[in-house]
Amino acid sequence: MALPYIEYEKNIIDEGLETGMKNLTQERIDKALAKVLDGETGAKLKAYVDTCVHCGLCSDACHMYLSTKRDPTLTPAGKVKRSLSVLLENRGNITPEIIKKVSIVASTECNLCKRCVHYCPFGIDIAYMMSVVRRICHLCGVTPLYIQDTAHSHAVTQNQMWVKEDEWIDTLQWQEEDAREEIPDCRIPLDKEGADFMYSVIGPEPKFLAQLLYQTAIIFNTAGLNWTMPSCPGWDNSDMAMFTGDSEIMGRNKRFHYEAAQRLKVKRIVMGECGHAFRSVWDMGNRWLGWGMPPVPMVHAIEFYYDLLKSGKIKVKEKYKKSVTLHDPCNTIRGMGLHEKARYVVNELCENFIEMHPNREHNYCCNAGGGVINCGPPFKKKRVATNRIKAQQIADTGAEILITPCHNCHSGMEDIIGDYGVGMHVKFINDIMYEVMEKPEIE
Amino acid sequence: MNSFNSIYNFVSGPLVWLAFIVFIGGSIYRIRNLIILVNKKERFIYTYMSLKYSLRSISHWIVPFATISWRTRPVMTITTFIFHAGLVIMPFFLSAHVIMFHNAWGFSWGSLPEGFTDAVTLIVIICCVIFLLRRVALRDVKFLTDASDYAVLLIAAAPFITGFLAYHNFGSYHFWIILHILSGEIMLVAIPFTKLRHMLYAVFTRAYIGSEFGKIRHARDW
Amino acid sequence: MTDKTNWDWETKEKQISDLNEWKSSYNWVEEPYASPDGEKIAAIVNTDDMEFNVCENSKAWEIEEPFEKAYSLRYSPDGRLIVLAAADDEWKTVVDGKPWETIFDFLWDLRFSKDGKAIAVATQTDGEYCMAVNDVPWKDSYSFITCMTLSDDGKNSGSVVQTINLGQAEVFKFQKGAFSAAVNGVPWDTNFVNVWNMAFNADGSKLAAEVRLNLYDYTIAVDGKAWNSIYGCVWEPIFHPNTNSVIAPVKVKDGWTLAQDDNILWDSRFAQVWHQMVSRQSDKIAAIAATSYGKWTVAVDGKPWDITFGDMVTDAVFSPDGTQIACIGTDSGKYTICNDGKAWDIKCDMVWKPVFSPDGSKIAAKIDKNGKRTIAVNGKLWNKMCDEVWEPVFSPDGSKILCRSVEDGKYYRRVIPVSEF
Ligand code: HEM
Ligand code: SF4
Ligand code: SF4
Repeated sequence: MALPYIEYEKNIIDEGLETGMKNLTQERIDKALAKVLDGETGAKLKAYVDTCVHCGLCSDACHMYLSTKRDPTLTPAGKVKRSLSVLLENRGNITPEIIKKVSIVASTECNLCKRCVHYCPFGIDIAYMMSVVRRICHLCGVTPLYIQDTAHSHAVTQNQMWVKEDEWIDTLQWQEEDAREEIPDCRIPLDKEGADFMYSVIGPEPKFLAQLLYQTAIIFNTAGLNWTMPSCPGWDNSDMAMFTGDSEIMGRNKRFHYEAAQRLKVKRIVMGECGHAFRSVWDMGNRWLGWGMPPVPMVHAIEFYYDLLKSGKIKVKEKYKKSVTLHDPCNTIRGMGLHEKARYVVNELCENFIEMHPNREHNYCCNAGGGVINCGPPFKKKRVATNRIKAQQIADTGAEILITPCHNCHSGMEDIIGDYGVGMHVKFINDIMYEVMEKPEIE
Repeated sequence: MNSFNSIYNFVSGPLVWLAFIVFIGGSIYRIRNLIILVNKKERFIYTYMSLKYSLRSISHWIVPFATISWRTRPVMTITTFIFHAGLVIMPFFLSAHVIMFHNAWGFSWGSLPEGFTDAVTLIVIICCVIFLLRRVALRDVKFLTDASDYAVLLIAAAPFITGFLAYHNFGSYHFWIILHILSGEIMLVAIPFTKLRHMLYAVFTRAYIGSEFGKIRHARDW
Repeated sequence: MTDKTNWDWETKEKQISDLNEWKSSYNWVEEPYASPDGEKIAAIVNTDDMEFNVCENSKAWEIEEPFEKAYSLRYSPDGRLIVLAAADDEWKTVVDGKPWETIFDFLWDLRFSKDGKAIAVATQTDGEYCMAVNDVPWKDSYSFITCMTLSDDGKNSGSVVQTINLGQAEVFKFQKGAFSAAVNGVPWDTNFVNVWNMAFNADGSKLAAEVRLNLYDYTIAVDGKAWNSIYGCVWEPIFHPNTNSVIAPVKVKDGWTLAQDDNILWDSRFAQVWHQMVSRQSDKIAAIAATSYGKWTVAVDGKPWDITFGDMVTDAVFSPDGTQIACIGTDSGKYTICNDGKAWDIKCDMVWKPVFSPDGSKIAAKIDKNGKRTIAVNGKLWNKMCDEVWEPVFSPDGSKILCRSVEDGKYYRRVIPVSEF
C-alpha cells in the first residue's frame, strides 16, 4: 500500500532563527565566516567543494528527496548548493537573511546521516559540509530555538535536559528502589571506583524514560555485572552542541564525560541505546579534544547486549512472539558497523524477525537524527513529510513491532508511524530483553 | 598552406609543451596545496588514514555496478564508465597519437585499430550528449547545474568531436585538426583549474572516506 | 596535610575484619572503604527492606532509626566516616554515626578540605540550592548550582549559581548572561553566559573561574572581573601558590597553551593542554598536553617530554620537592606509570594516581592486573594479588608502605618495608 504524500509549509517561522537574524550584525557575519572558512576548515572542505561535479548521483541517497516528489532542492548536493555554496560564492555580501536561510537548510534539512557517502562516487561527505554551515550559523547566533536551548542546557548542566544534579541522583535511587520489587538486592551503584564499566545514558532517560534505567538495572543485576554510574555531571553522553556547531561545548561535555570515567577508574564505558551520542563520543567530541580515539574504551548497547547474550550472562526465557522489524540507526551502523550484532541480538530475543529493505549500511535515516528532531515542534510536520519513504519501508514489512536501538530514531519513528497511520509499536532492544529474559527467582 | 603549417607547428610544438607543463605543474601545485593544508590544519587525517581501507573503497568504486550507487542509476553508470575509459585510455592508444609520438621520440607501443577507436570516439561523444541531456532533463541534476558545468562538459567533449570531424575530413581537415589539438591542450590546462580537477582529487577523497568508514566506522562505504 | 607520624608503622600485619561475616549478618554489603590509616573498614549495609546502616569494623553504627537511603560513604582525610543518608525524605550528613542538625531535601557532592576538618555538601531544599560546610548552609540559596568547590583550608566554599531565572527556551535571555559564581553564598556582581570550574587561591581570598562571555568568546574571570583577552576556549584556572597569579589553559589561534594573568605564558602550542599544576617548592609549572593528535604527554614549563601515549595521560603529580613528575600513561588500553618521561615496563589494566615517597626516590601505585588488585613500587609488583587494595601510603620517613587490602573477603592492614618490593 502506497502511503500518501504529506504537504508541508515551506516557510517555517522559528523564533530562534528570526530573533537571531534580527540581532545579527554584518561584523559578526564576517567574523564568523573568517573564523570558519579561513581558520577552522582546511583541505577536507576545499577538496569536497572543488571535487563535486554536480552529477546528482547522490540524490537517491537522501530520504528527503525520495520522500517528497523528488524535490530537487532536497538532494544532498542541492542542499550544499543552497547553503555552503551560497556562503562561498557571495562572501562579502552575506546578509543576516542569507544566514537564516542557510541555517534552515543545514539545521533542519540534513540529518548528517552520511547515507550519501554511499552514493557519491568521490565519497564527498555532505554531512561534514552541513556541519561547517551549522558552525557558521552558531557563531552568528542564528539557530533554531529548541535545539539552541538544548545546547544551552549542555553548557550549563552538561546534560541535554536541564536535569539538575540532585534530580539525576534522585532518579537513579528511585529506579533502584523500584527495581528492588523484582530483585530485592538490586543496585545502581553510584561512584563505585574501579568497577568494570561505567554506564552512561542521555538526558531524556532520567527526564522522561526512567523505565529504561529501571530495566537496565534489572538486566545488569541479573547478569551479575560490576558496574557503576557517576553521581556528578558527565553521566550524559548526548550532544546537541555538536549539532548546533558549538564545538567548544561539545568538547567540554565530552571532557566531563570521559573524565568522569577516568576518575571512576573504570576499564570501559557502556552506553545506552543512543546513536548521536555514540557519534559524539566515538569520533566527534573526542577528536575535538585531541584524543585520537575514545581515551576510555566505549561500547554501544547493541554490542554490549550481544556480549551478554553470546556469553550466556543473559538467558532468554521465552522468545518474543510478536513479529518485529529492525531499524539500523545511522550512527551505530554507518558509524560503527554494528548491524550484524544487532541482528544476532534481535534473533536471539525474538521469534519472528522481518528485514526491512534496504537495510544495514544502506538503511534510510529516521529523519530525526542530526539534531533535526531537536529543532522541535515548528519543524515537525516538515520532518514527517520528508520521511515518507521510511514510513513506507517499515509499513511494507507488515511487522507488529519496530525495534530501534536509538533514542532519536525512536522518537522520529513514533512520529512517522503516527502521522502516516502505520499500525506499529516502537521499542528499544532494552524493552524486549527485559521482557523475555530469565530473571532471578525471588526466594 | 604555409600559414597552416606555421600554426600547426606552433600548436603541436611549443603549445603542447606549454599545455603539459601547465597541466603537470598545475596538478602538482593543487595536490601540494592540499597536503600543506592538511599538515597545517587537519593533521588528524593521518591518524585515520589506512592504505588497506583506501584500496578497499577505491576498488569497489572503479568497478561498474559494484556499489549501490552504480546499481541505482545503471544508464549513468554505463555512460560514465565508457566516457571516462574513453577519455583517459583512448588518447594513448589512438594510432595517430602513437605515430606522432614515434616521430617525436623514436619509440612507440601498440595502438588500437582505427575503426575501433573511431567507434569509441563516437560513443564518447554520445556519452557527452547523455550527460548533456541529464543536465537538461533530470530535475535534480538540472538544479545542481550551472554554466561552468556545461563549459567543463564542452571542454571534455571538444577533443573528441574535433578529432572525429578531422578524421572524417568533415569540411576542412586542417581546421579541425588544429582545433582538435587546441581543444586537447585546453582540456589539459583546464584539469587543474576547473571542476575537472576531480581527476586529481578523486583518489584522495575516496581514500579518506574509505579509511574513515573502514578503520573507524567498521562499515562499508559503497 | 594529614599527620601520619602517630599511625601504627610497626605492626607488620593485622587482620582487621572479615567481610564474609558481614555478608552473613546483612542482606547485602555495599563496596567497602578503608580509613586512611588502615585501621578501619566500613560499608553501607542493608538490614531490612528499605533499611540501611553503616557497618565499620564489623560493628553497625548505633543510630536512632535506620536510613531509608544511604550513599556516598567516604572517609575524610582525618579519618572520620561520612555518609549521606535519608529517612522520611529528609537528608542528613552523618559523621561517625552522628547526623548534622540541618536537614535538607537532598544532598550530594561530598567534599573535604585538605586536612579533612571541613566537610562540604551541595544541598537542595524546596527547589532552592546552596552549599553547606560543617553543618552551616549558605545564607543565600539559588535555583541552580553546579561546579562546587572548597578552598584547601575549608574556610571558603564556592559554586556556579544561577542568578537570573530563565523560562522555557529563553535562549536570548540566556545569552545575555544568567550565571555567576558565589563565594560562601555571595554572588559576584557580574553575570556571565556560563561559568564553570573554579579555584580558590591558597588563602581562599580569591576565586578564579572559566567563563563564556557570549556563545563563543571565552576567558577567565577572577573575583567577577573578566580578563581583557578573549580566547577560543579555556579550561579550569588555578592559582600559583607563591605568586597568587592565575594560570589557565587557553586556546589561541595556533593551538592550546597556558596563560598567566591574561598573558601567554608558554611559547609552545599544543593540540591540548589541561590539568596544569604548579609546585610550591620548585615553582615549576607543568600540564598534561597533547603534542599532536592522540599524542599525550606532560609539558614542563612549556617543554613536552619525548615520550607520548596514544590513549591518554592522567593523574600527573609533582614529587614533594617539585623536581619530578609522575603520571599515568595509557596506550592501546594498557596503563602504566611514567616518571619524568620514562615509563615503567609493567603494563596494567588500570593504574591509580601515583604516590611519591617523601624523598621522591620511590613511586608507588595501586594497580589492576587481570581483575586482581595489587600495589607496585618503582615498577615492581607486590607479591600478593588481592581482591581489592587501597592506594598505598608511605610512612613519614619513607621506609615503609601501608598496604590496605582485601583477600578472600578478609581485610588486612600491613606495613611493608619498601626494601621488600
Ligand atoms: C582519472 C580520474 C577520474 C576519475 C576517477 C573521474 C571520476 C568522475 C566521476 C566519479 C564523475 C561523476 C559523475 C560521473 O560518473 O559522470 C565524473 C564526472 C565527469 N568527469 Fe571525470 N574522472 C576522472 C577523470 C576525468 C577527466 C580526465 C576528465 C576530462 C578532462 C573528466 C571529465 C568529466 C566530466 C566532464 C564529468 C561530468 C559529467 C557530467 O556532466 O555529468 N574526468 N568523473
Ligand atoms: S540527510 Fe543524510 S543522505 Fe540526506 S544529505 Fe544529509 S547526510 Fe546526506
Ligand atoms: S554525487 Fe558527489 S559529485 Fe555528484 S553531485 Fe553528489 S556530491 Fe557532487
